[in-house]
Amino acid sequence: MTSKLNKYLNKTTNAAPLAVFRVLFGIMMCFSLLRFWYHGWIEKLYIAPKFHFKYYNFEWVRSLGDYNYLLFFVCGISALFIAFGLKYRFSIIIFFLSFTYIELIDKTTYLNHYYFISVLSFLMIFLPANAKFSVDNLLRKRRFNQIPNWTIDSIKLLLGIVYFYAGIAKINSDWLLSAMPLKIWLPSKYDLPIIGNNLMQQDWFHHAMSWSGMFYDLFIPFLLLYKRTRIFAFVLVVFFHVFTRILFPIGMFPFIMIVATLIFFDASVHEKIIAIIKRIIKPFQKIIKAPKLQETYPFCSRKILLPIVAVFFAFQILFPFRYLLYKNELFWTEEGYRLSWRVMLMEKAGMTTFKIANSKSGQYFYVDNTDFLSAFQERQMSSQPDFILEYAHFLGDHFKTQGHENIQVFADSYVALNGRLSQQYVDPTVDLYQEKESFKPKNWILPFKDDIKGF
Amino acid sequence: MKKIVLSLFTIVLFVACTESDDTGGSGGTSDDFNRQAMLTNWADNIIIPAVQDLSSDLGTLSANKDAFLASPNQTTLDAIRVSWLEAYKTWQYVEMFNIGKAEEFNYAFQMNIYPTNVRDIQSNISSGTYDLASVNNNDAVGFPAVDYMLYGLSNSDTEILDAYTIVSNFEAHKSYLSDLINQMQALTTTVLSDWTSNYRDIFVNSSANTATSSSNKLTNDFIFYYEKGLRANKFGIPAGVFSTTSFNDKVEAFYNKDASKILALEALQAVQDFFNGKAYNASISGESFNSYLQYLNTIKEGDDLSALINNQFNTAESKIQVLSNDFSLQVETDNNKMLEAFDELQKAVVLLKVDMIQAMNISVDFVDADGD
Repeated sequence: MTSKLNKYLNKTTNAAPLAVFRVLFGIMMCFSLLRFWYHGWIEKLYIAPKFHFKYYNFEWVRSLGDYNYLLFFVCGISALFIAFGLKYRFSIIIFFLSFTYIELIDKTTYLNHYYFISVLSFLMIFLPANAKFSVDNLLRKRRFNQIPNWTIDSIKLLLGIVYFYAGIAKINSDWLLSAMPLKIWLPSKYDLPIIGNNLMQQDWFHHAMSWSGMFYDLFIPFLLLYKRTRIFAFVLVVFFHVFTRILFPIGMFPFIMIVATLIFFDASVHEKIIAIIKRIIKPFQKIIKAPKLQETYPFCSRKILLPIVAVFFAFQILFPFRYLLYKNELFWTEEGYRLSWRVMLMEKAGMTTFKIANSKSGQYFYVDNTDFLSAFQERQMSSQPDFILEYAHFLGDHFKTQGHENIQVFADSYVALNGRLSQQYVDPTVDLYQEKESFKPKNWILPFKDDIKGF
Repeated sequence: MKKIVLSLFTIVLFVACTESDDTGGSGGTSDDFNRQAMLTNWADNIIIPAVQDLSSDLGTLSANKDAFLASPNQTTLDAIRVSWLEAYKTWQYVEMFNIGKAEEFNYAFQMNIYPTNVRDIQSNISSGTYDLASVNNNDAVGFPAVDYMLYGLSNSDTEILDAYTIVSNFEAHKSYLSDLINQMQALTTTVLSDWTSNYRDIFVNSSANTATSSSNKLTNDFIFYYEKGLRANKFGIPAGVFSTTSFNDKVEAFYNKDASKILALEALQAVQDFFNGKAYNASISGESFNSYLQYLNTIKEGDDLSALINNQFNTAESKIQVLSNDFSLQVETDNNKMLEAFDELQKAVVLLKVDMIQAMNISVDFVDADGD
């Protein structure tokens, strides 16, 4: 067993796939950040709001105000450095830290794909992605052809987890039997050319999309691994992600996934991609002298790196299942919902208003959420319990500094899930100002009046 | 192999570069629900007729104003008051359409911000120089300001008539009243002529599901108006729902003392009619939220949301019917009844804002968000 493991860990392979992955990852990230900047979202999401929703235990993360632009700039430059393979280890660490910091500023903007980027860039810290086709090679006057095989496999494994877990999450009665939430989302795409007015309105199409989406997610990692189905699988990847990009506002995610799955291809494909890039940069190449070739990349601190990577994957495999520790309906309470590759799984809308009461005098008044929250924040807050609780505490503290006394905060909250009629969400008799955020079940969420079966 | 990869990349790049634009496309034609028909019904049978009626009412108001200013007496005062209330009632059918020119220059802010600011009005009158269109004067113009000028200048009609005849600055009173009504008329004419000259076609052709298409914008306007203009302004704020005390002076038509319930009922009727696609001045109904929800329900087979919403509107109406004509008096004597009416109105907000919006899957904001 150990010898087998050792043999696997010592196995080396062509470094080209990881090098291409690094280049495309850097370019994609840089482009994503520019796009974010271009749309004015730095201002809109991270500077304009008076209040930011924090992840549990990351309350210390602060918006940097106008310096957020600097943060994005640093993040974008580090992405560019990654693409060039320039000071790679340093750049990827800076990228991981700055990108993750941005995401931690406000959980309103949480998307699975941002989490994926954070997780992936963390993993890449430990991978020799600059062994080939990098500026680092010019600086150290040495280039490498072979890297440990497991380093490339680790990215394949991470991608596999993302897809497979997203597939498992789709095995539930709402998705498969009611075709929800696609049955809400697809008919609203009536403005798509050609298919909007007919296909998008058909019941069978909603079911077909639900089922094929599930099968796609479950099987695509395996189809990509197996050489004979790989090209077919990649065509599927492109088709699927382009289609979802047309349908839903998910930004860069589809393209990042398409580019990422290239890692499954043989080194020969990546050698060709490198050759193409080299041809593009040929005019600049004359002044560069090819560095000396050293066949195998020397992996010096393997003893430290391997345990870290092992723990990382153990976490990735177990963490999404933490919802099993909660007995309430996952979609309703969202306890263990985030950071678990539950992608586009539910349509949840809510309306939550807060009553500030004086426990002694019985006087009360309602808060106008738009006084404190952006429209986007209010929308996210209204149907997610941890947002509701955090905001209730913010309001309590705010009115305390305004001189109010004996403050109680009650939520008047209604939520509709996957096309069901809205029902009251938070127990209106519970003073949320006395409730504390924790990993414990939130018993002030009223029970879900229906049953969703499955994962 | 290389060709496949390259051509796929081209496709990806192409789609990546054609970010969804927000200009909107031409309306649906062949699926079971015709959104363009809904927009056409809204524009031709509801919005434009209502604005036309308001414009004609303001014409009458203006004529009566001229008669009143020419000879201020009890008869002409009564006449201008009647036409003010008529126009104010019609306004309840117009306020929610904050789109096009109305949105451009904040029409509703220049027509119906209350409570009106007496100090601002008095300082305008005494200075004699003012820009009524200025944001600072939003609370010194429109129906509430005219309300003050016709009912609030003094406690008795005789003294009010004196304000236009014998008090030292009566000329200034006259010109302020005149300027107020002329301004309201001018704004309404601008809005109306934009609708009839070119905006109508732009409006009915923008039926895509984007944050800036007219169907989505008007849906948001409608719900915003119901929640803010109707529920909060007419009931919640005076009843003290958003504060520690109630405010009997923050009701609509405060100085008139007899119209706040009439106006609130008109407003609720306007909301319900719009929801059901009922024509402004005929009893026919066309495509609307109601029929759209029914169409969506044939796909979804869920609860009959249209019926639930209509029932809730009716319940709210019955709670308003028992209130005093003067909400100011109601707040002072039995505020609980105000709060009860507010609560029933609030329940419809949930149905509109949560259930209807979810069913229609309206795009409200352009930002990456995949609902998880």
